Amino acid sequence: MRLFVDRAFQVVALAVLCLALMALGALILDVWQDGARRLTWDFLSGFPSRRPENAGIWHALSGSIFVILVTAALAVPVGVAAAIYLEEYGTRSLMAKLIEINIANLAAVPSIIYGLLGLGLFVRGLAMGRSVLAGASTLALLVLPVIILATREALRAVPPSIREASYALGATKWQTVWHQVIPVALPGILTGTILALSRAIGETAPLITIGALTFVAFAPDSIWSPFTVLPIQIFNWVSRPQPAFRANAAAAILVLLALLLTMNAAAIWLRDRYQKKLT
Amino acid sequence: MTLRPRARSRGFEALIEWALFICALLSIGTTAGIILVLAIETVAFLREVSIVAFLFGTEWTPLFATPRFGVLPLVAGTTLVSVIAMLVALPMGLLSAIYLSEYAPPRLRRVIKPVLEILAGVPTVVYGYFALLFVTPLLQRFIPGLAGFNALGPGIVMGIMILPLVSSLSEDAMQAVPRGLREGSYALGATRMQTSIRVVVPAAFSGITAACILAASRAIGETMIVAIAAGQQPRLTWNPLVPIETMTAYIVQVSLGDTPQGTIEYRTIFAVGMLLFLGTFLLNLASAWLRERFREEYG
Repeated sequence: MRLFVDRAFQVVALAVLCLALMALGALILDVWQDGARRLTWDFLSGFPSRRPENAGIWHALSGSIFVILVTAALAVPVGVAAAIYLEEYGTRSLMAKLIEINIANLAAVPSIIYGLLGLGLFVRGLAMGRSVLAGASTLALLVLPVIILATREALRAVPPSIREASYALGATKWQTVWHQVIPVALPGILTGTILALSRAIGETAPLITIGALTFVAFAPDSIWSPFTVLPIQIFNWVSRPQPAFRANAAAAILVLLALLLTMNAAAIWLRDRYQKKLT
Repeated sequence: MTLRPRARSRGFEALIEWALFICALLSIGTTAGIILVLAIETVAFLREVSIVAFLFGTEWTPLFATPRFGVLPLVAGTTLVSVIAMLVALPMGLLSAIYLSEYAPPRLRRVIKPVLEILAGVPTVVYGYFALLFVTPLLQRFIPGLAGFNALGPGIVMGIMILPLVSSLSEDAMQAVPRGLREGSYALGATRMQTSIRVVVPAAFSGITAACILAASRAIGETMIVAIAAGQQPRLTWNPLVPIETMTAYIVQVSLGDTPQGTIEYRTIFAVGMLLFLGTFLLNLASAWLRERFREEYG
């Protein structure tokens, strides 16, 4: 009897797990059914239109890519530098401990709060307007804690013997970090960074809050131009009652998911290469 | 690789350390910035609306001709959706965690964990689409009175979204329980289920609670699912079948319109944001404290 209950429990637990995985399957299947036939070259290279069958996503796709590149340019150097400080320099100070707690907390702040920060600080305070730069700065603050946490993890995995050997040869702290520690940790840092940026590329709420426009009919050409991104375009189409626009939303979701899948595959590929090298 | 002479590099070393420190300090600056931006506009808001009317008012109609600023309907909407999400995510997430930690063969774990990670990585706007155009129509077949916009559909989808968080953090906590406890239980003749439920879960309890609190905080702050699928009607109700509005969805609603800076409508989103920030902040703090305690027990 006891063994039967144990077996039944195992079956129930496995069923629940499968249910969760089935939800993922249903989601992808549903989106594919709704949107696959809209995936044409004209859709990818087209611009928004009042007529759903003429509408495209080039403005939003290029906006997403542009914003993410600027976000990376802002967040990666600062995030890696902060992680190096916390892991290699200020490990024992009270200030470092405080910063550490603070970063853990920031990572759990809802993304829409970052949107309000971006609205008050970048759009109004620093008068950047609703530009690519304001959006990318907001997203940079959002992903910074994630990049810092991932980079610290990568730095921690570097064996101490490498540092000691470098010191023994008379290298200074920075020379050790720059020439020895960073090259070894680089694949790990890259993996974490790509994963953090793939989270940023799907973010919608903070960009809506800073006022990224829902209807922009052109691709952004400088960091000062107004912009829209793929998730905002999806939101805009999903909010309309006409079914044809919802098919567009589904097709745009497929493009977004493909973009995310590519980034994640790149991250996993890097991680695997790195793990092989260590063994 | 050329090594600089010591004499020249000492100043350079100090400079580097300072630059790195400034970068690390930026995270404190972010927190300060959030609190400052929210506080400035919230104070300006509270100069026009009394704090009692804001916190305890039961009508939220800031865009009407005779505006009312009682935030309770938005708080109720957020609570309702979050409770539904937790009712889905807690049992399912815990069972998944127990299965993955105590039952699953290592090969299966290696396959399932990345798939669960994918579930956590799907953009929330996609989940919004799923809630509005798949889950709600599906539920309407069984629940005739269900409105097109409601709390139930988005709540369930949000539960699926935070399930991987509950499951992976709980599993980590269970994995940290020393093997000896399990072996002692098996030696007394307990089955795996008895060991899981009476030994492993109680031993990992503070870690599991920390995971659940973090998941609740995530549900409260989640925006796009509810903005798309829950409607935009702030109302004080526990009925999950009718349109409601959450705090986050309200911020989105106002942001979509072009609200000029300095007006009271503009300030409402910061006041609501402040409430949201404080709520999630307290939950995150509680979760971090519990995790710390758990680490001390078995670290």
